[in-house]
Amino acid sequence: MEIDPFIFRLSIFILSIFVGYYVVWSVTPSLHTPLMSVTNAISSVIIVGAIIAALAGSSIEVFEISNIFGFLAIILAAVNIFGGFLVTQRMLQMYKKKKK
Amino acid sequence: MTANLSALFYLISGILFILALRGLSSPETSRQGNYFGIAGMTIAIIVTFLSVGNFGTGLIYVLIFLIIGGSIGAFIAFRIPMTAMPELVAGFHSLVGLAAVFVAISAFLKPEAFNLGTIGDIKLASLIEMSLGAAIGAITFSGSIIAFLKLRGIMSGSPITFKGQHFINLILGLAIFALIYYLCTTQSDNIFWSIVLISFLLGVLLIIPIGGADMPVVISMLNSYSGWAAAGIGFTLENTALIITGALVGSSGAILSYIMCKGMNRSFFNVILGGWGATDQSSSSQSKEQKPVKNGNADDAAFLMKNASSVIIVPGYGMAVAQAQHALREMVDALKKNGVKVSYAIHPVAGRMPGHMNVLLAEANVPYDEVFELEEINNDFANCDVAYVIGANDVTNPVAKSDPQSPIYGMPVLDVEKSKSVLFVKRSLSPGYAGIDNDLFYRDNTLMLFADAKKMTEEIVKSL
Repeated sequence: MEIDPFIFRLSIFILSIFVGYYVVWSVTPSLHTPLMSVTNAISSVIIVGAIIAALAGSSIEVFEISNIFGFLAIILAAVNIFGGFLVTQRMLQMYKKKKK
Repeated sequence: MTANLSALFYLISGILFILALRGLSSPETSRQGNYFGIAGMTIAIIVTFLSVGNFGTGLIYVLIFLIIGGSIGAFIAFRIPMTAMPELVAGFHSLVGLAAVFVAISAFLKPEAFNLGTIGDIKLASLIEMSLGAAIGAITFSGSIIAFLKLRGIMSGSPITFKGQHFINLILGLAIFALIYYLCTTQSDNIFWSIVLISFLLGVLLIIPIGGADMPVVISMLNSYSGWAAAGIGFTLENTALIITGALVGSSGAILSYIMCKGMNRSFFNVILGGWGATDQSSSSQSKEQKPVKNGNADDAAFLMKNASSVIIVPGYGMAVAQAQHALREMVDALKKNGVKVSYAIHPVAGRMPGHMNVLLAEANVPYDEVFELEEINNDFANCDVAYVIGANDVTNPVAKSDPQSPIYGMPVLDVEKSKSVLFVKRSLSPGYAGIDNDLFYRDNTLMLFADAKKMTEEIVKSL
């Protein structure tokens, strides 16, 4: 019997939860705020779905309702991607060691 | 681009995201980690363009919208003051939530585009995944909006409670599951829209009973939700990058919530059920008798600290409100010139989000190796001459160690009272968020400095 591809995705999902668990515990507490802003930025990879939704269907009618929702989602995710990574970068620049 | 090849690229961007989080294990590697994250995102976006393969007018529109959103995001990122990070993060969470809802709606309206079947005949598994994604996304959206309004001060930070609140939330939660079940049997749009609407409502109701100082837990929790919403959409779209990221973000938020709850010695459910602090206020005010406090001014404080050999600074949310971090840094510089050893002690729940104080101190150019967490520094208070408490309150209250009746009993606190003298900057003697009196105010070795945190610190700098 063949294995349903869903099971593979579920395996990836569960293994990633474990990876996330161990990786996040090793994050130093002083960087918890950048951790939140960067997780925010990476969760906007949902833009992948937004792009597919926006471009779905024939190239002539880009403005069906489903496409419009896609375009709106692109704006939201883009705000988050740029905002999230840049603000994280800005914060991380500020963490400096003692000048010897 | 074939489906297999793009799946491999999505895997690569997933791995880059893992490395981005891994980088945060130390400030030195963190900047590199952020670049990994950006690379992962770029790969995911380019691969999506290539695999859709639609390079007509649509692509131009996509790029335009991408640039519009990106410029707004970049503008916000450069302009936002560091003290406003908690509300910024809450605001960003709401965007992820709403984006998840929109993608789910689009997939429901046009399942062919995502290979999920046809309208009225969407694959069962996809239907469950997309409705879960939409529901969690909607809860994340409206919940984050409420958190944002509370953090921004547009909405009062005090808990809003009413009778039967938890019962209503439970009913709404069960209703969502029941509707998902009906959606699977009927494929009706009305049910799909109802799921989305009820989830928006539930998000609001879940967050309104939670008070201002519990916001670190709320933000972490919403962070976690935004991850699970992304994962739900990832399953719908059969996209590995989204599934991996969703799982990472989901577990990251969950761990942060756990750390925050532990920092307050409260269970997760206790925080979620909310209403804390609102009830004890009346009982504490009636039992308040006039106890003597020692009142000092900036000169006394400057004298004490100048003659100390070591000083520990305990910052809290009040420092963020008063924007006192730069003045504080000047004070510490002046003390260091006098040969005083200065370090900073940070309680896990100081501020309104995890790591909030660390970012503010970093902004004021405080080197991160002078800043210590509770477990690292708590034993040092016994050997320190002066503890300078600025804007913190409940996290220093010795009652948490001595009085089992106290609502904060068992919460890990900074052993501030063990230092030879304590300088407590505070505007008045009012109790902190937990609504209980701080025993520390009345100790013999405590000198109260009644003033705005920033003004007092600036005055101390002058008299140093």
